[in-house]
Amino acid sequence: MFLALLLRHARRILLTVLLGGLLGATLVRLGPGFGVDERELDNRLNQESQRAIRAEHAADSNIARFYLRYLTGLLRGDLGFSRSLNRPAAELLKERLPLTLVSLGYGVGGGVAIGLALALLTVWWRAPGADVLPALLSGLCLAVPAAVIALLFLWAGAPARWAIALIVFPHIYRYSKNLLSAAYLSPHVLLAQAKGLSSARVLFAHVALPAVPQLAALAGISVSLAFGASIPIEAISDIPGIGQLAWKAALDRDLPLLVNITVLIALMTMVVNTLADLALAGRSMES
Amino acid sequence: MTRIQKAALVLLGLVALASLAAGWIAPSSYSEQFRDAISAPPSARFPLGTDDLGRDRFARLLYGTRVSLLLAPAAAFLSTLIAAVVGGSAGYAGGRWERIVTLGIDLFLSLPWLFLLLAVRALLPLNTSPVASVTITFALLGCLGWATPARIIRAGTRTLVNSDFLVQARASGISGLRLFWRHLVPNLRPILLAQFWVSVPLFILSEANLGLLGLGVAEPLPSWGALLRELENYTAVLQNPWMLAPVVLLVTVVCCLQVVLRTEDRIPC
Amino acid sequence: MLKHTLRILLGVAFAALPAAPAELRFALRTEPKTFHPLMVEDESSETIRYLTGGVLIRLNRYTQELEAELATKWTVSENGRRIDFDLRPNVQFSDGTPFSCEDVAFTVRQLMDPALHSPSGDAFRSAPGAVETGCVGSRAMARFPGPVAALAMQFDQVAILSAHSPRKEAAVLGPFALAEYKPGSYVLLRRNANYWKRDAQGRRLPYLDAIRLEIQQNRELELLRFRRGELDIVNRLDPEMFDRLSTEMPRAVVDAGPSLDMELVFFNQVAASPLPDYKRRWFRSSEFRRAISEAIHRDDIVRVVYHGRAQPSAGPVSAANHFWFNSALKPPIYSAAAALDRLERDGFRRSGEALLDRDGHKVEFSMITNSGNKLHERMLALIQQDLAKLGIQLNVVILDFPSLVERITRNFNYESVLIALTNVGLDPNDQMNIWLSSAENHQWNPNQKTPETAWEAELDKLMQAQTAVQDPKKRKLYFDQAQQIVFDQAPMIFLVNPNALSAVSPNLKNVTPALLHPQIYWNAERLNIAGAYTSQK
Repeated sequence: MFLALLLRHARRILLTVLLGGLLGATLVRLGPGFGVDERELDNRLNQESQRAIRAEHAADSNIARFYLRYLTGLLRGDLGFSRSLNRPAAELLKERLPLTLVSLGYGVGGGVAIGLALALLTVWWRAPGADVLPALLSGLCLAVPAAVIALLFLWAGAPARWAIALIVFPHIYRYSKNLLSAAYLSPHVLLAQAKGLSSARVLFAHVALPAVPQLAALAGISVSLAFGASIPIEAISDIPGIGQLAWKAALDRDLPLLVNITVLIALMTMVVNTLADLALAGRSMES
Repeated sequence: MTRIQKAALVLLGLVALASLAAGWIAPSSYSEQFRDAISAPPSARFPLGTDDLGRDRFARLLYGTRVSLLLAPAAAFLSTLIAAVVGGSAGYAGGRWERIVTLGIDLFLSLPWLFLLLAVRALLPLNTSPVASVTITFALLGCLGWATPARIIRAGTRTLVNSDFLVQARASGISGLRLFWRHLVPNLRPILLAQFWVSVPLFILSEANLGLLGLGVAEPLPSWGALLRELENYTAVLQNPWMLAPVVLLVTVVCCLQVVLRTEDRIPC
Repeated sequence: MLKHTLRILLGVAFAALPAAPAELRFALRTEPKTFHPLMVEDESSETIRYLTGGVLIRLNRYTQELEAELATKWTVSENGRRIDFDLRPNVQFSDGTPFSCEDVAFTVRQLMDPALHSPSGDAFRSAPGAVETGCVGSRAMARFPGPVAALAMQFDQVAILSAHSPRKEAAVLGPFALAEYKPGSYVLLRRNANYWKRDAQGRRLPYLDAIRLEIQQNRELELLRFRRGELDIVNRLDPEMFDRLSTEMPRAVVDAGPSLDMELVFFNQVAASPLPDYKRRWFRSSEFRRAISEAIHRDDIVRVVYHGRAQPSAGPVSAANHFWFNSALKPPIYSAAAALDRLERDGFRRSGEALLDRDGHKVEFSMITNSGNKLHERMLALIQQDLAKLGIQLNVVILDFPSLVERITRNFNYESVLIALTNVGLDPNDQMNIWLSSAENHQWNPNQKTPETAWEAELDKLMQAQTAVQDPKKRKLYFDQAQQIVFDQAPMIFLVNPNALSAVSPNLKNVTPALLHPQIYWNAERLNIAGAYTSQK
């Protein structure tokens, strides 16, 4: 039964990823500035060269043909060619993905750790005004632009990737604090407290543990948040990851690269969210 | 309402009033350039100094508050509403509808919406007024920012659907839309308010980034987002700490919002 | 006594240690797209080409004169169609392959190969047809299908390839050769041990052992690294960063004066554009354009936006271009009153706060510029306020670059543009594609089948005339007249020429900042790091 569930999810992931690639390519194609090249403003180029530049881009203008070509290439392991960086897309992704995974690790790991820790501390302490400092901290991190946070880290000589954690944690903190606070009002928690269990045991065994599936849903979201934050962070701090590549590809309307990045993001998002859903489904089955 | 919540509400009200009364409070217009007083420090004439074009920072902060304080919460409300309907219905209905919605959310999160925003800019006339442009920007943000919270709301709804009080309500004959609106949605309030609270500063900052694409607030109209972008010049900030005024104001507003929107009851000891 | 002995011993010990290699470090703003010298289109690739490529003739960036490099002598004949070179003897490529006339012939044929679409080659393709090359001993000859203006100067951009080396383009004749490339991180160039040039004392150049080009897109980070001593040069500093750095490190900043670059505004005059007719009438009126030019406070732009590090400009050539600059042209003096008078003579009138045209339309238009350029955003804000004094409502629209390029080159859906023009070369022929009415880059109204105005017809004639003669004085006469027409008609409103601002580490020796690109490392073979050991052989 578990295998059947896994297969169903795998099928869903594949469908979403392929559809995501096509829709992403369509958005890029229909967006303004597609097929345009900054070399067209180069005064040194004559008309023939200008026409050759336009012809290069015209090859990608039929989106259906482009996507079919892309899918057949994908089966052969050929992810297309990046015009803006003049290199095969597969090479670029292979070089840059590990760096972004590290950034995401910092972002998700750090964000979830800080957010959860503060939430647990706040609900455990339960004194009036216990959440003032975390609220101020998360308010500050929400209010300051990602680019500025990254620059502050660079100026301090610290890895700018920690900035991603600071961007993710306010979301985690707020949701998990509400979740845990609501869980404290459950009948079984009241019973546990009435039975004289220690506050630590109540918090971890009866409040936090049952909330893990819902917290898992947060982890799924934090991947999307972390990736979104990684784009300006990587661009500002010159980390040559997927985030920086995505921004450059978007500015240059590099269709092959953008489709690959869309497919990659779709895959990452789907896998993480599917795992979260499975955890939630497992919890529902138990209860 | 607790005393702290009342104090926060009063503070929010004061900020909103000050922004609405900007025309009377601000010593000069937000667009006037005092070209002989570039990057001037605070003084009686310019309470927060001037920016690099000689414009009164205090006036720009007041007028920018008007734009951001009105439109960002509106966009946050829109995105939260869409997320509540989509995520809530998916978690409530379950089955195929839930699978379709979840697939849609994941797809939505993966797409490069930047190009939709660029397309909107391309369709808008170049002479769109700054007010229309910023309103459209925030509306777009509201329409695009629902996917992430929809997932969380869906997860929260799934947990509530099997809870005792809902089972009891169903057993007593309540079903369908009434069950959803009268019994489920109120219990989703903490999640919805958390989402609303987080979205407000997010949209303010996103508006500033959209300025790079031709959307957002156009010169000379100020906004918090545009004022916050000045902080990228961190050396200038260190030398002119009054440039942090927009951050201080935004943090204050965000914290006040959090306090005002707090809904959880006191945790029993 | 013991302390004294210890000090001596330590001094000797340190002296005996091998000195650090002399490695110059600076940043490339983008990833280089190609290492093929003939296919260079982007700035980063051009930097690598400049440092590794050997050329026959070099334009001295400081004196702006041509100098012999791989060619000891050259002769231009047949009205600019033919060039003969006497080649320098005993020169080798970086891999030891001897340099000969065949390499020159091979390079020229590659340059002119239509299938290659070499961007440097376009300057030589003034007429259809194939190039003829010839070799007689150490004399090389090239005959082009049509006359090429400033033929000798064009070879400054042509790095000679080896016809025989198994390493193909990797075998170079310049002072440095590509050693390592880590995508997204850096490019390392090492000194070419076979480089032909020697200094006055007979020592083989370059002095530097290596040049490390860090790939660094963020300007703030670049500056931070310079301050920390991790970089030795920062090219093209913006004025704000320049001022910041000049207070912290006054010896490190260099202001070489007005550069060749310029900031300009132009209006959409394309007949087929989707503009309302009344707006097209405004933009096609030279009086309207000149009034706008007079209403823009250039001195404020220089002072406020550029912190004094720019110069108001009048025409398409900067004062930095010593020979071609038309000194008779002066930047328009700011005067809102004079601008209003001019507009009134053209049929406009004030009505309360607004300016109306002869048909009662309120004068309101948009000006677009590219995003990510804070200087442009500030300039636009200043221009907006300046024009407001005339009652003109200017709507500022910042667009990402592809969207902007699409509007000005494809669908012509724009009203006015603020844009920068980067001039790499000195010769007016580099600007032919701007001034010829039939050209793609005749920005305000490109690709005209026949000139739509008398002044554009005259401009075409003058530009063709200066191409057809070889005598520089005659060419200057024609080009001066062309500049005068551009000034009078103002199809492009020239605002300022920004200064060439750089940061240079005080440890870097033999730096002679120039106005032309590359400003600091144009004489890379003679640069040195203080205290570093350099090869004397």
